[in-house]
Amino acid sequence: MRNLLLQVGVIALIMAPGIVNAAQVSNGEALGDACTSCHGIDGHSKGYIPSIAGVSKATLLQELKAFRAQSAQATIMNRIARAYTDPELEALAEYFSSRPRR
Amino acid sequence: MKVLNRRNFILGSAATASAPFVLAPVYAAARGARIVIIGGGFGGVSLARYLRRHDPGLAITLIERDAQYTTCPFSNGVLGGLYPISQISFTYAKVKAAGIDVVNEEAVNIDPSAKTVALGGGRTVKFDYLVLSPGIDFIWDSIKGYNEQAAEVMPHAWKAGAQTSLLRRQLESMPDGGLVVIGVPAMPYRCPPGPYERASLIAYYLKANKPKSKIIILDASDAFIKQDLFMEAWHRLYPGMIEWVPGSKSGKVLAVNPSTLTVSTGFDDYKAAVANIIPPQRAGAIAVRAGLDQGTGYCAIDPVSFESRVHKGIYVLGDATIAGEMPKSGFSANGQAKACGRAILAAIADTAATPAKLLNICYSTVDPNYAFSIVDGFAVTDDSLHLTFEDTRTTPIGASDDEHSREAQSAKSWYANITAEMFG
Repeated sequence: MRNLLLQVGVIALIMAPGIVNAAQVSNGEALGDACTSCHGIDGHSKGYIPSIAGVSKATLLQELKAFRAQSAQATIMNRIARAYTDPELEALAEYFSSRPRR
Repeated sequence: MKVLNRRNFILGSAATASAPFVLAPVYAAARGARIVIIGGGFGGVSLARYLRRHDPGLAITLIERDAQYTTCPFSNGVLGGLYPISQISFTYAKVKAAGIDVVNEEAVNIDPSAKTVALGGGRTVKFDYLVLSPGIDFIWDSIKGYNEQAAEVMPHAWKAGAQTSLLRRQLESMPDGGLVVIGVPAMPYRCPPGPYERASLIAYYLKANKPKSKIIILDASDAFIKQDLFMEAWHRLYPGMIEWVPGSKSGKVLAVNPSTLTVSTGFDDYKAAVANIIPPQRAGAIAVRAGLDQGTGYCAIDPVSFESRVHKGIYVLGDATIAGEMPKSGFSANGQAKACGRAILAAIADTAATPAKLLNICYSTVDPNYAFSIVDGFAVTDDSLHLTFEDTRTTPIGASDDEHSREAQSAKSWYANITAEMFG
């Protein structure tokens, strides 16, 4: 049982984007590098722009798709979201949901 | 996770051997790679911090002439009296504390084959990877009479710092009813909407303090970015205060006389109370001296890695580059720095850099509670950076006060976050 837990833990560690290898950056993180210029490092924002670190993947993905579909209220995200495909939005949601909340 | 023995680790790895994230352990080989970055602005500092956050083993040296950095973004707010210059000035203390070797000297020469950078103090620094983020330098005397001495009387304030303070003092001491002239060069130049935001925030100051004064923008171009939004704001907030003269109506500044504060175009001479002359620009001198601009004034780069098209192993970021459709902005430089950082990490690991989409988000603030924006997405196609969408990039015309207020709040939040990423 302990072995199994360890294996699950190691798998989770290996699968988690951003901590796999210092010399490699996952697709979600690479795309997310553009987001952090406004939303802060790892998605921790100061001030008016919302923090997105640790928000659930489902919530983030739903919001991003709603912005892109012009069906949610936004300041500028409804314009930005149009730059990304479905798989890209999913990778972004995955990445920021994996960032620890503060 | 406190017991992680080798046998279990291998078991775990084997179970996920097909996962795309599993990579050869190349990290150890990367230790000791020497990264030298020239220029402590948005490109250089963003890159230094990005590399340090991703790899504590790299030896990172940041060469920057000045001990203090004042950001060009938000410097128009200083001119408008919204906040003091101290609020947009940073030291490199936290960059140093992050484990980056900050050398406050001027980089005077690059030797690409010996892989060394010569410093003003006589020392040379060796590199494995060199990144230049030198910003812009001015092409003096392209406007007759406008040189470094003239800029002490007719400030450009297009590199923030002492020039910003000088222009602010001139605005404070000018008489009510005076004329402020802003001279705008032809594209490409740093921060395309900057001159028009500047006119707006100077108008904000004058309206409250010297309401009989006027601003005239003498422009080499016939159109400018976010033009409709600026015109709408000027009409609403500063009616009759700002006049814009396009290039086709003799707007281009051809000559100045600092002793009489006269600014001359093809047809007219303007007698200014305050003359803000923004001269034509090119890549920072160190890049030009190294031939990285190939005589064009700006540096051609690979759009994925930002590696120079001229010298392998040398990268160029920010305003000094020709980056396809990306404008010369602090936001662009910050995003380019991260793309370049990924490419350098990949090069060290002997893997290929994968392209990622980039953004440029640019807010223009026209009074403390009124801003608007342009958002651009960029992807690499046909070996260059192209816009991912052309339509509806800006705040709509006729937006509500509430929308403009939220954009002003967003602008402040963006500034706090991007400067924290660099200097925090």
